[in-house]
Amino acid sequence: MSEARREALLWVAQRASAAVLAVCVAVHLATMIYAVQGGLSAAEILGRTRGSVGWLAFYALFVVAAAVHAPLGLRAVLAEWFGWRGRACDAALAAFATIVAAAGLRAVVAVFV
Amino acid sequence: MSATLAVSVWRGGADGAFRDYEVPRHASQTVLDVVTWIQRERDPTLAYRFACRVGMCGSCAMTVNGAPRWTCRTHVDKVAPDGRLRIAPLANLPVIRDLVTDMRPFFDKWARARGRFEGRATRADDFARVPPDSEKRRAAEAGIECIGCGVCYAACDVVARLPEYLGPAALNRAWTLVNDVRDAAGLERLRAVAGAAGCHACHTHMSCTERCPKRLSPTAAIAGLKRAVAAAALRGEL
Repeated sequence: MSEARREALLWVAQRASAAVLAVCVAVHLATMIYAVQGGLSAAEILGRTRGSVGWLAFYALFVVAAAVHAPLGLRAVLAEWFGWRGRACDAALAAFATIVAAAGLRAVVAVFV
Repeated sequence: MSATLAVSVWRGGADGAFRDYEVPRHASQTVLDVVTWIQRERDPTLAYRFACRVGMCGSCAMTVNGAPRWTCRTHVDKVAPDGRLRIAPLANLPVIRDLVTDMRPFFDKWARARGRFEGRATRADDFARVPPDSEKRRAAEAGIECIGCGVCYAACDVVARLPEYLGPAALNRAWTLVNDVRDAAGLERLRAVAGAAGCHACHTHMSCTERCPKRLSPTAAIAGLKRAVAAAALRGEL
């Protein structure tokens, strides 16, 4: 893949994941604020998330979007502030993305099962 | 209004220093008037550029009290109400001497961004007919009045961080050509402006748009390039 195409597609990925995150963060915050209004306990929250395919899908999407978005932002910071770019940098960021996705999805599964 | 201005002017090359001058103050005085007075009355070795003096040529751009400006169109009253002026060469470009910068990196980037019209018509073809109110013509129109003064380039934080970044002027020029229906270099130009040193490096700080003396919006042009490049990449054309 040409450098131009790769950079353009990464840019699309960052913008698309940002659009997903904008919705997810809003829903997440609104739900949290709503859920704790009446002094909801952790057990009660787990009671609502366990077995809920809807919440599983929502938070899985949230985690994937964050795992795509954050490393791409870091990539720009590393290139501009520290001059680190290229294959090694991209490999490190892919590893970071994998860790974010794995840790996030683990948490999503933990409140589902 | 005080009778004199306290003016600090950059002297020497990149490792030079500011030197202070006291300059008589006048009504409707421009910063270029101040620089010219210093050269004629105090130090004929002061190097600076100007040509038209009326905001047409774009050669007198300098850093005035921290911001890049055309000195010929900048009234002292507007930028130095306290009577103090600090005049330096344009930022983000190598200093040759005093207030003169080497503009080569700036124009080399226009070439790298393929900022040159590449037609496909021959003399046998009829004139191209471009409706003035067509979407593409209007997009080209928005950026076509750039005179290459370098103010946006000097104002750009991304150029300062990322010296290989093409910069707002070259990308604005490329966008006008992307919208020129007569131009034949479409995809090659999109390839030239894509990538880490191209339009995708822009952070949308909009310093270029804020500073452009022609009130153009290179930021809008760069956003247009990002969209055009993304569309081409998604179609698999890049």
